[in-house]
Amino acid sequence: MEAETSQAAAPDMLKDIIIDIRELTFSRGERIIFDGVDIAIPRGKVTAIMGPSGSGKTTLLKLIGGQLAPDRGQVLLEGSNISRMGRNELFKARERMGMLFQSGALFTDMSVFDNVAFPLRVHSDLPDAMIRDIVLMKLQAVGLRGAIHLMPAELSGGMARRVALARAIALDPDIVMYDEPFAGQDPIAMGVLVNLIKRLNQALGHSSIIVSHDIQETLSIADYIYILADGRVAAHGTPAMLRDVDSAQVRQFVQGLPDGPVPFHYPAPDFMQDLLGGEIK
Amino acid sequence: MIDRIQRLGHKTLSKVAAFGRSGLILMHALVARPQPLVMLPLLIKQIYFVGVLSLVIIVVSGLFIGMVLGLQGYTIMVDYGSEQAVGQMVALSLLRELAPVVTALLFAGRAGSALTAEIGLMKATEQLASLEMIGVDPLRRIIAPRFWAGFICLPLLSMIFAVVGIWGSSLVAVDWLGIYSGAYWSNMQQAVDFTDDVLNGVVKAVVFGFIVTWVAVYQGYDCIPTSEGISQATTRTVVYSSLAVLGADFILTALMFGDL
Repeated sequence: MEAETSQAAAPDMLKDIIIDIRELTFSRGERIIFDGVDIAIPRGKVTAIMGPSGSGKTTLLKLIGGQLAPDRGQVLLEGSNISRMGRNELFKARERMGMLFQSGALFTDMSVFDNVAFPLRVHSDLPDAMIRDIVLMKLQAVGLRGAIHLMPAELSGGMARRVALARAIALDPDIVMYDEPFAGQDPIAMGVLVNLIKRLNQALGHSSIIVSHDIQETLSIADYIYILADGRVAAHGTPAMLRDVDSAQVRQFVQGLPDGPVPFHYPAPDFMQDLLGGEIK
Repeated sequence: MIDRIQRLGHKTLSKVAAFGRSGLILMHALVARPQPLVMLPLLIKQIYFVGVLSLVIIVVSGLFIGMVLGLQGYTIMVDYGSEQAVGQMVALSLLRELAPVVTALLFAGRAGSALTAEIGLMKATEQLASLEMIGVDPLRRIIAPRFWAGFICLPLLSMIFAVVGIWGSSLVAVDWLGIYSGAYWSNMQQAVDFTDDVLNGVVKAVVFGFIVTWVAVYQGYDCIPTSEGISQATTRTVVYSSLAVLGADFILTALMFGDL
């Protein structure tokens, strides 16, 4: 049975949409990443984008942020087509977005404090004392107030990502995009981050988009989930809906099974044939 | 055969596209509403990194090249009894050709490669993408101050190179080999014309500054964001900008002095 759960099944949540992706097609060279994908991101909710590696989750965030342009289709931010925006309009729209990059992407020539203060200094006229207080509050939220004077090179990967999270939410944006926020975090930090993302979403009312492989953590905070596979939306719905979906593809992904419709191996000739007679071409 | 033509066509098209892209990048970086309060501190910081930190290599090279010119000039000209004209020969060589060209080549190796590597690394570590998502245009914030810094610094470094070179030559020719200093300096003063020699040399340095810095920032911004990609881009910066400088030097020399 096809895993698509109709959007009519969750009408309340999807009535108020902040980002509407319609018939999105995008390819890199010969490889089709998205083939007519429709995704609606509800306002003020946590939406998770999940799927196997290479299914285009991070690419989707770049398309939403206007860093990539679709081959066909539209990415609408409150009705405005992001790919049709002029350069200035696009940068204005991005001021309403915060993004947590997978690598953290901290500015290496600035301290932790200056990294978090950067968006505030660029986009606001707040006095230095107030910027300092906001930075302290954001760093306190991610548990790194004590690291305020460290340089990015002195942080572990997990710490760098938490500083990047503090920077992403510094301006209290309308939309926050998280690219693999839980990767590389220890169990304590992971638990804190899960709660933090949920709390931020509830307290500030912004719309969150999480791209993640961590199924249990994501299912525990997401209001709505899209599962991508083979360039299409394999399933979408609330966590409860997805747990009951009767689709081998979705079950394999949600339960982390090695065998199923999603292959673990990259396409290759027969293993035995390769071992016995093949040569590297 | 068809394959070869196809490959050649593809390569030509991609070069033309890259040239167009580099022009667009420069245009977006430079054509914008001026923000002196934001840009000035960034520009000063880059002038320090690109210009001040290049001073040592420029001064030392200028000194030695001037000394070599003085020595070679003396040993050749002494046979004709015209060693008094060493100052004139050294000044004209440095002001017209050697100062702008050698400074540009050294600048490409010292500052151009550093600019490319820095911008490329910022791209590889997603710092440029992160700036974009914060709503800050990296072309304005990262590329523009670096471009202007190179453009401003290269003519200044070229002038310093020429001055140090002339001084180095006088050390050898006057202080060591014993040419009469009055003849050395007065010959130079008579032979050097401000517009034809000094100004033309500065114009060359301005053009070279534009070329070297444009190549450097474009190669960094457009590189493949991997360690291999950055390494190739850095090499390309030095090779392309050096060749472009030498080519442009011939064209400029022909325009400036071709009617003599």
